[in-house]
Amino acid sequence: MSIATTHPGGHAAEPYQGGLRRWLTTTNHKDIGTMYMMFSLIMFFVGGLMILAVRAELFQPGLQLMKPEFFNQLIGIHALVMIFAALMPAATGFANWMIPLMIGAPDMALPRLNNWGFWLLPPAAILLTLPFTLALFGIGDGALATGWTFYAPLSVQGGMGVDFAILAVHILGISSIMGSINIIVTIFNMRAPGMTMMKLPLFAWGWLITAFLLIATLPVLAGAVTMLLTDRHFGTHFFDAAGGGDPILFQHLFWFFGHPEVYILLLPVWGLMPHVLATFSRKPTYGYKAQVYSFIAIGLLSVVVWAHHFFTAGMPVPALIYFMFSTMAISLPLAVLFFCWIATMWKGAMSFETPMLFAIGFIVLFGIAGLTGLILADVAADAQYHHSYFVVAHFHYALFAGGIMGVMTGVYYWLPKWTGHMYCEKLGKLHFWLTVFSFNLTFIPQFFLGLAGMPRRIPDYALQFAEFNAISTVGAFILGLSQLIFAWNIWITVRGGKKAEGRVWESAEGLEWELSSPPPHHSWETQPVIK
Amino acid sequence: MACRMQISRHSRWRRAFDGFGLPPRFLTLALLGLPGLASAAYNFNFPEPVTPIARETLHIHNEFMLIITILFVVVFAIMIYSMIKHRKSVGHQPARFSGPKGATQWFWALIPFAILLFIDFVLMGIPAVKAIINMEDTQTRADMVLKVTGMQWKWQYEYPEAGVKFISTLSTPRDQISNAEAKGEHYLLEVDKPVVLPVGKKVRILLTSTDVIHTWWVPQFGVKRDAIPGFLRETWVLIEKPGTYRGQCAELCGKDHGFMPVVVHAVPEPEYLAWLEAQKAEATAAAGGADRAWSSEELMTEGKAVYEKVCAACHQPDGKGLPPAFPGLAGSKIVNGPLLDMNGKVIKDSHVDRVMHGKAGTAMQAFSASLSDVELAAVITYERNSFGNSKGDMIQPAQIKALR
Repeated sequence: MSIATTHPGGHAAEPYQGGLRRWLTTTNHKDIGTMYMMFSLIMFFVGGLMILAVRAELFQPGLQLMKPEFFNQLIGIHALVMIFAALMPAATGFANWMIPLMIGAPDMALPRLNNWGFWLLPPAAILLTLPFTLALFGIGDGALATGWTFYAPLSVQGGMGVDFAILAVHILGISSIMGSINIIVTIFNMRAPGMTMMKLPLFAWGWLITAFLLIATLPVLAGAVTMLLTDRHFGTHFFDAAGGGDPILFQHLFWFFGHPEVYILLLPVWGLMPHVLATFSRKPTYGYKAQVYSFIAIGLLSVVVWAHHFFTAGMPVPALIYFMFSTMAISLPLAVLFFCWIATMWKGAMSFETPMLFAIGFIVLFGIAGLTGLILADVAADAQYHHSYFVVAHFHYALFAGGIMGVMTGVYYWLPKWTGHMYCEKLGKLHFWLTVFSFNLTFIPQFFLGLAGMPRRIPDYALQFAEFNAISTVGAFILGLSQLIFAWNIWITVRGGKKAEGRVWESAEGLEWELSSPPPHHSWETQPVIK
Repeated sequence: MACRMQISRHSRWRRAFDGFGLPPRFLTLALLGLPGLASAAYNFNFPEPVTPIARETLHIHNEFMLIITILFVVVFAIMIYSMIKHRKSVGHQPARFSGPKGATQWFWALIPFAILLFIDFVLMGIPAVKAIINMEDTQTRADMVLKVTGMQWKWQYEYPEAGVKFISTLSTPRDQISNAEAKGEHYLLEVDKPVVLPVGKKVRILLTSTDVIHTWWVPQFGVKRDAIPGFLRETWVLIEKPGTYRGQCAELCGKDHGFMPVVVHAVPEPEYLAWLEAQKAEATAAAGGADRAWSSEELMTEGKAVYEKVCAACHQPDGKGLPPAFPGLAGSKIVNGPLLDMNGKVIKDSHVDRVMHGKAGTAMQAFSASLSDVELAAVITYERNSFGNSKGDMIQPAQIKALR
């Protein structure tokens, strides 16, 4: 698209508040975006430490380090932290930072809501993890020990960690809904003159669909966990067969949220991929419209396939067949995305800086997630895969390789824009290769463990699973340690380094590159006009 | 045994790679070249199937793996070709296209989706639908029924036609789990009393649970089904080959989720019938035992055995429990409270009430459903006179029988 910019750089002098007060009261989309990203990074390490403790326990058969009760707490809180406190805030951080820059807006539409949305996160994270600490002092019996899925009646039976987690999920949900409303309002109302919806950057399109999915499905989760809360404390029987309820009702409600949640985490990443691929292929994005329609199709399909998460719970044959075929149907719009990504690279002039490496790593590894997802949709084969390590490996290919490596792609791509400094390319590449190597070392063995019959969420296992578990643990520790390189690289880039120009990458296109690096405090005081 | 395992592993290999059209011998040799690897247990595919469903599932799985492997290789071969040819460092000039133009380009852009549509709904879809209908057909020509009840953290098996039921729990010694002792061959996959099924018979399996959701899974049967409290779910197996088949609970069900294995002993029908007769005789003897008076020594011995099998996982072998989720019995007010009221009836929330009827919303289940009169009387008597509790009273199996 061609852009006529008037005067991008100007920014009014404004009273600058330093220190804690600035961060507590800020309504600036960049400050809030930065806080989201920092929070996400910290929680990424918190969740990572939890799972490293789990992998250490699983290094050998037998119970070495922890009791099964504690093991169960770690796996559930690891998932909740990674999903709600690491991946979702990272996506919201990107949205805050980039959407106003990309659509030519001075800030987000609802700045105070924005501030509130962020500051709800730290209390929620504390609620999630506090029961661990309380248990150390003999209060309660630790955190949520049901896995992140809260399945009733196990969660009805659980200790006060369940109540803490329910409250945390409520707060995180409110935060996400506020963020979503803000993003929708911003995209609908604050685009630069001339930027029609079909000229909207794909990243904004991805986030728009995510925001609608969040608003559609989070209230269902909130309802489900509230029903759980009343079952636990106020004598209702929503999920208790003895009182006329049904434990499977909880699974339906949970996964009505839970499946779209996968796409909530992935759509922002799918949105940013074309930008990175086009930049480093020096070629326009292939199939813009096809990608937009695919986002919409995936968003719609994602709310009608939920029951494939519990095929083994037993359901009528027509239901099994419906959920199988509707799930398989998602492979078509997803294939459109893969096609467009590769067609964007085709006949370009590629160079392989760190963001491009991560984007390619993302495409290949997320391809494995998509293909294994296709066979998981098959009810007959799913009887063997379900509840096994095969599923664990599959969704880590989706959410680590698809989600977190996607976030890393975006971080390396936009970090120079945010900080005004170039990151260290050598460290970035080292980080990439270590991550890809150790990620596969961790999760390829888990596919085989699942096929051989190892159930997930067990603290100890039969001897035939020992070798693959040992390999997986070694991989996990390398994976964990190599993320320190990532944190270090960000740190040194924030502190200094080679100055980055406005257009950081040679052939990057889009409004965000028309501004200086770092951009002025208020992004587009005069809106650019898109022709 | 070691030798047999070696052979079966080899045949497992063969099956695993047949689907890919790779010579298994070559792969075996390649692995032998890596020191240490060849001796370890690396299984790359489902274990050997022994039911028609498991065979069909393995076949479908192999076929699908082949399809997705081809898709993966083709798609990323194109991408890698592009990454090598179309790079800036070799001086490739970027094209400017941003979508298909003209009929030919549209045709080639749409071909991959036609292929995918065919793979999804024909190549994968049709065999899947057939398999689903077969898997869910539990009733046609079923020869017998086995009822499986999941409980924290053991399985109860019931043969409704024969009136036989028993509980099957993990038999791996605690010392092996805590690494104080060398681990046995079937570590964590062994039980005190395996369920016995005849080969060549279609067994309809009904599943339910007394507390939380469990999942009954034997990989070699290709069957995995949830056991849901308050509901009946069903599946079926037709075991084709005698042997011992091992599996595990597959749904997180609390702290000992990893310690509730399934062991199925498949035997020829005459052997199965003889076993069933022996079980019936045992059950009759046990029921008869409820009518005679038991001495306190007898009750204490029997009670200790029942306690260690059924209660110790939560309340711990020393009776101290794991508070707050699992309260201790040592010095407990409930255990040290009165036994029965003046009329010999159960007092609400008393020791007998808890053991027989459980406590709603907790892991304490109603054991009157799963334990016999003798077992209930014995374990109540044992708890009242152990771990420092010294009530000195006892309850007779006949009293429990009357209280039911």
